[in-house]
Amino acid sequence: MAAYDTIEARRGWLLVSPTALFVLLLLAAPLATVVSFSFFTQDFLTVDYTPTLNNYREAFTDPIYRVLMLRSLWISGLVTAVTVILAFPIAYFVSFHVAPERKALWIFLITIPFWTSYLLRVFLWKVILGFNGVLNSSLLGIGLIDEPLTFILYNSNAVVITLAHAFAPFTILPIYVALEKIDRSLLEASQDLGESKVSTFFRVTLPLAMPGVVAAVLIVFIPTIGDYVTPRLVGGPNGLMIANMIQTQFLKLNNAPMGATLAVLAMCAVTIISLIFLFFNRRYLR
Amino acid sequence: MSAIISLSNIEKYYGEYHALRDINLEIAEGEFFSLLGPSGCGKTTLLRVIAGFETVSSGAVMIGGANMAHVPANKRPTNMVFQSYAIFPHLDVAQNVGFGLRRSSMSAAEKEAAVTDALKMVGLDGFGNRAAHALSGGQRQRVALARALVLQPKVLLLDEPLSALDKKMREQMQTELRRLQRQVGITFILVTHDQEEALIMSDRIAVMFEGQIAQLASPQELYRRPNTRRVGEFIGVMNFLEARQVGEVPDGVELEIEGLGRIDVTSAQMPEGARALADVIGLRPEALSLVYEGQPAPVHSVDAEVLDRAYYGDMTYYDMKLQGCSTPVTLSMKNLMSRQVLEPGQTARVAWEPGSLVLFASD
Repeated sequence: MAAYDTIEARRGWLLVSPTALFVLLLLAAPLATVVSFSFFTQDFLTVDYTPTLNNYREAFTDPIYRVLMLRSLWISGLVTAVTVILAFPIAYFVSFHVAPERKALWIFLITIPFWTSYLLRVFLWKVILGFNGVLNSSLLGIGLIDEPLTFILYNSNAVVITLAHAFAPFTILPIYVALEKIDRSLLEASQDLGESKVSTFFRVTLPLAMPGVVAAVLIVFIPTIGDYVTPRLVGGPNGLMIANMIQTQFLKLNNAPMGATLAVLAMCAVTIISLIFLFFNRRYLR
Repeated sequence: MSAIISLSNIEKYYGEYHALRDINLEIAEGEFFSLLGPSGCGKTTLLRVIAGFETVSSGAVMIGGANMAHVPANKRPTNMVFQSYAIFPHLDVAQNVGFGLRRSSMSAAEKEAAVTDALKMVGLDGFGNRAAHALSGGQRQRVALARALVLQPKVLLLDEPLSALDKKMREQMQTELRRLQRQVGITFILVTHDQEEALIMSDRIAVMFEGQIAQLASPQELYRRPNTRRVGEFIGVMNFLEARQVGEVPDGVELEIEGLGRIDVTSAQMPEGARALADVIGLRPEALSLVYEGQPAPVHSVDAEVLDRAYYGDMTYYDMKLQGCSTPVTLSMKNLMSRQVLEPGQTARVAWEPGSLVLFASD
């Protein structure tokens, strides 16, 4: 379009070029390295640079990789669903039921989890969910359970709980922004045209908030697949994810090509799922 | 004609703020009714009370004979054209117009036909597939109208629907709204701050100030016989001159008017039920006229000087200083080719029409 070829547009490019350069050097270059490594093979201590698909063949045939990949996708999907479903009411409440002059305060409060480091928060969850942890001793104390719950730590449930908490602010904010943009007279118009408050929500509010929901889903889903700290610390043996395997390949097994292959496959899986998700939501994103 | 809307003793408070004060109103079926007033006078609040978006602090809202006290907006037989038009941005034109038909018992084909008819009625034939964001202001308004009318409400509420349009478009829509109203025969209630718009379009107008109805009358009566100085000031242009009653005459009184002299007025000119007259009279600019050289000077005329003038093309408005009168008056003259436009500083004789004097009751 001709409109892009204006001084405005050139100024825009100038503005993003430092960032673009940075991204190119620190993202594109390593990415290219990872992709090329995925076609090499580890020959004991040296890397064999002849391109081959052996790693991919192994990744698709060895069940350990498939299990880890599917578990990662499942956990990420679950984390995404839990986070977005829990975040929506909060964003809705702040946008629709908090007085305008207090909204900034609420948003500020929502970001409080970021004040402590990610690692600390993961450790805190260990304290909360542990065998003798806060949750168990409280429940025992009030007599709701007779023996400590064990399904809440060192398995995938713990990973889901911890990750959902960590990503909550990321999902609340885009949904909140989308809700804030909705012209309130549209909701009145819908009621005026015969819809109840509930059906107005499904016919007007939700469709108009979908861009925020889609953004929230991607913001959670994409990075959680690659998370390896949380599964390592609270996941136990059955809560490990593909990223833990990638780390192991690179650092413990000294098999960088295999690690690179798994990384590429994880990226592809995320990309494909995200694209499918975007495709199904394309009508909300025009 | 029977009353489709009847409001009795409506009071509305926002905390301490008294937004609506003792509103009593009956609006007839098929009437084009306007709520006119400056911003903050409560006219929009009253419209929203009728629509069901605001609850009243006390008083009763009846629509079509049914009490609306516990009827939410979505169950009322009213539809609204919002000031912002509130076109759903995620739906196309046809989906917007058909939005309210989801619950109707019509078949899909009937719904489609109803939408097409509604679009045709507002002059948007063939626009059904347009995206909402691809519409101009005037088109958005038409979509909002079609969306409300397709549901065949008993009452259509219009909240300043023309204020966002440019002058030409506004004038066109005024005529068109009037035509539509006659065509569908539905009661229209229009909220506006534009007195001209209210005069052009309405059967009856309620002028509101500070949450109260100041005067409820037909456009002609409102213009000719405003019941207070404030209404006279708000509707069109009006000159106010000091006056005092100096005597009684058969079937009337004698007034002494600042700058214009003594004049007898008949009881027909007096405000209804007035015990005493206010110390001011009103005179519209068109009740005053310039006497050009060569014309015989009428009995009721005074010498005056042009202070300023505003040339409108068809009309010229003069600010005149009448001899012996400290208050400048405005008079309007049609600009006929033969009439010279006077410049500030020129003097002229000004004739005035005693029958057009507007008298106010004293408070």
